[in-house]
Amino acid sequence: MGTRRVFLRNSALAMVGVGSAPLWLQRALYATDGPAQRKKILVAIFQRGACDGLNIVVPHGEKAYYDMRPTISVPRPSLAGDKREDAAIDLDGFFGLHPSLAPLKSLFEQQHLAIIDAVGSPDPTRSHFDAQDYMESGTPGRKATSDGWMNRALPRVEGKVSPVRAVALGPVLPRSLRGEEPAIALQSLAAFQVRNRQAAKEFEELYMDAKDPALEATGRETFEAVSMLQSIQKQAYTPSGGAEYPRGRFGDSLRQIAQLIKADVGMEMAFADVGGWDNHVNELGQRASEGQLANLLREYGQALMAFWQDMGDRMEDVALVTMSEFGRTAHENGNRGTDHGHANCMFAVGGAIKGGKVYGKWPGLAKEQLYEGRDLALTTDFRDVLGELVARHLGNSDVQGVFPGYQPKFLGLV
Amino acid sequence: MRKRALLGLASVVCLAAYPGLSAYGKKNNADQSKLFSKEIPKNERIQQALNRLTFGPCPGDVQQVQSLGLKKWIDLQLHPNRIPQNPILKDKLQMLDTLRMSSEQLVINYPTPQTVREIVAGRMPYPTDPDRRMMIQKLVARYERKQGQDAGKQNAQAANVPVIPAVADLLSPQQIRILRTGNAEQRLSAFESLPAAKQDEVIEALPGGMRQRLFDVAPPELRRRIEMAGGPQQVVVRDLTEAKLFRAIYSNRQLDEVLTDFWFNHFNVYLDKGADRYLVTEYERDAIRPNVLGKFRDLLEATAKSPAMLFYLDNWQSVGPNSPAARRSRGKNRRGLNENYGRELMELHTLGVDGGYTQQDVIAVARCFTGWTISQPQRGGKFIFNPRVHDEGEKIVLGVKIPAGGGMKDGEKVLDILAHSPATAHHISFELAQRFVADNPPESLVDRMAKTFLKSDGDLREVMKTMLKSKEFWSQGAYRSKLKSPLEMVASAVRSVNGDVDYAFGLVNQVAQLGEPLYRKQEPTGYSNSGKEWLNAGGLLARMNFALQLTSNHIQGVKVESAKAARPDGPVAGIALGSPAFQRY
Repeated sequence: MGTRRVFLRNSALAMVGVGSAPLWLQRALYATDGPAQRKKILVAIFQRGACDGLNIVVPHGEKAYYDMRPTISVPRPSLAGDKREDAAIDLDGFFGLHPSLAPLKSLFEQQHLAIIDAVGSPDPTRSHFDAQDYMESGTPGRKATSDGWMNRALPRVEGKVSPVRAVALGPVLPRSLRGEEPAIALQSLAAFQVRNRQAAKEFEELYMDAKDPALEATGRETFEAVSMLQSIQKQAYTPSGGAEYPRGRFGDSLRQIAQLIKADVGMEMAFADVGGWDNHVNELGQRASEGQLANLLREYGQALMAFWQDMGDRMEDVALVTMSEFGRTAHENGNRGTDHGHANCMFAVGGAIKGGKVYGKWPGLAKEQLYEGRDLALTTDFRDVLGELVARHLGNSDVQGVFPGYQPKFLGLV
Repeated sequence: MRKRALLGLASVVCLAAYPGLSAYGKKNNADQSKLFSKEIPKNERIQQALNRLTFGPCPGDVQQVQSLGLKKWIDLQLHPNRIPQNPILKDKLQMLDTLRMSSEQLVINYPTPQTVREIVAGRMPYPTDPDRRMMIQKLVARYERKQGQDAGKQNAQAANVPVIPAVADLLSPQQIRILRTGNAEQRLSAFESLPAAKQDEVIEALPGGMRQRLFDVAPPELRRRIEMAGGPQQVVVRDLTEAKLFRAIYSNRQLDEVLTDFWFNHFNVYLDKGADRYLVTEYERDAIRPNVLGKFRDLLEATAKSPAMLFYLDNWQSVGPNSPAARRSRGKNRRGLNENYGRELMELHTLGVDGGYTQQDVIAVARCFTGWTISQPQRGGKFIFNPRVHDEGEKIVLGVKIPAGGGMKDGEKVLDILAHSPATAHHISFELAQRFVADNPPESLVDRMAKTFLKSDGDLREVMKTMLKSKEFWSQGAYRSKLKSPLEMVASAVRSVNGDVDYAFGLVNQVAQLGEPLYRKQEPTGYSNSGKEWLNAGGLLARMNFALQLTSNHIQGVKVESAKAARPDGPVAGIALGSPAFQRY
């Protein structure tokens, strides 16, 4: 099957020339075998700076939570009256969402949002640098891993693949996507081009004719990706389903990921990150619905919801997963903030995700239950979550290859 | 016309076909080894030397080497102190005073907001230099004003709170208009006509866009003041990265710069890891640079004792299980053994990943290095040995017994063992050959280099000589077979068109855009010496765009004369620099 498609593709491109192939043709060439066998897509979101899982998925049924956070806790959902908008939104009688994440409540009820709690990297480091590195390489404790888990998770295929198979929104290719398989980083779809049209043509000719096999191949890949992204750009993009992405980099990233998915250009893996979670000082305002974390979560929740609405039934093919390098201290610190901690929460969203449930064993917040006496303990390895998505969503059975030295235990998310 | 312009560049850009190319592809081994025994023609030898031992030839370099004699030129490059330094470079580096400061001085003179707070609280001293002192006093005043303002915001009733003045309070509408829309001369003179005392206030109050427009036309001293207003701690990083570009482009001691880049990368440290921001300047200057053509053992110890490395690989926090500190806090000790440095020391710095060490060796080495720590890393501290956290027990490293009670000597013994291991000799030789000869260097060459390494007690100049005398270095297998790294691409492009760099962070940004943020490789592996690392769509596109921007004078701080010649017909020089051929060296 692969060979036939590749042959068709190459001869078709030879006929019309890569740069000028119309989008419908490019689409047809990179699609598997019609919409019935659309590729599965994994979207990973990295919350850089270590988000405070305990104030995002609030354990309102746990008294110790309120004892340890006298000034920056999220009130219990039972709260009535004009303070109601500050209260946690109850999920299951024990956990509740931060009020800024109200849009996600319906997603949870429709069982398309799964929450995994007390999850993270088993490595004890509290360094952003090390912890992000470990999470993105997918090998906690091992610094010399040169590639990232997402790159390794791309199913190996024969012949040529879509030039936009793996895409990160941002200035540099993140650690997660680095590796053998081609992956591109782009700040925006529109900016991914040679900035001078005449020069672009000359460059394309030079690279296509190059007697230098490596540069010829990468050049071809580049101009294929450019022409593909440019043809997507030809029509202005209007999100469907009344979706409204929030202003800002994160909303822009998700909107462009949606645009790429809907353009059917062969993207299988997408990555976006969002910063601002390192709230050592004044994490919440005088009310729980105000302040740094509340504002950030509002944008975050709106962006995720807009993505869901925009994608519509295409979410059947998509799983979106979120992660952050570690959680934050169970106690608040002396500055109405929290310091670097251990376990955290993750979200998984998708048409095929078995949502409506908080996964993972709750370790408790009593003194002796805390990790090193201070942080939420870890009961689920982040690789259990990612590994299941790789195996059961993407259909890549080589989970050992993606997470070397670890045997993920599936939670039943897919 | 266009053809001619292309030909004009051809001497430096080398658009000709080149046989060594196929060595990059999937040729079989027999073919490859044949290419490594085929010599390149005599007239290509100078080109090869310039390609590999410099950041790319400038116009006229070939002729210069020719008149000096290739052998003599190489010998001089191997003894950089005998080469008079380029006065232009000296001049460019003069302004960047952070390059000459100790880490401790950097922390005080280019403080973070936290450090300013420490100074305010009396927990840290003011700098001794009177000018510096005044500058810090300004920062302190600004900090206190800001505090007052925040307090004012929270308590709207509070009157008489001093506030940071807005531009509109400082300047007339006419002055603002000029700073916003005037031409270069008008903007600068409008600013310079302000009383000296007011200038700094104005800089501070200017919104980002106007500040940038002033920056674009500012002479070096004023630029410095504007940079300071953007955050003094940024200046340290800015100087460090700009100096890298200045040196790569202007230094007469080109091989020295290439090697400093190579060895920094070999002993990589990540600038953005906490305290390392202030430690890397000293690290490169005092640990790496003086040793790149010296004894490997000295280089190794310099890095092992550098606060930058101790912090980066966490050794400064490592506590030996059999140390006085661990014994005293029995059970509830917070910190324990940290294996990071021990592992990377063997895997990356010396033996190599297949160098024959075990996890037991990693632990033993880590125990030997306990106590190698830093006094006050957040204040630009120095290396110290702390016996309280040193593991006093006996260790066995790679089969060698290190008796109990050795103290700081334990670590030094480990360095001796590692620096003299044949595995290290091989690993280092391989890396050098990969950087200077070919991505897959012939094993026979690596073996000869390793032999020299062992025979000469790890004399890196001797190892380089063995390589430079080899037939492989001058072979078709090597010639133009390598893909330039982003730094090499950017520096060589500027050199090839004789670009004039007033300030370099426009170029620094480009190097990052191409995929190699300087001093910002997170992993201790450093960037790969193989071209594969740089072959990807985003990076290639960035190279093409950089070439066009450079030659149409759209890179901040850089002027290219030839741009004029190229313009009437379109971006010819830009095409040459963005072409596949220019990406090779």
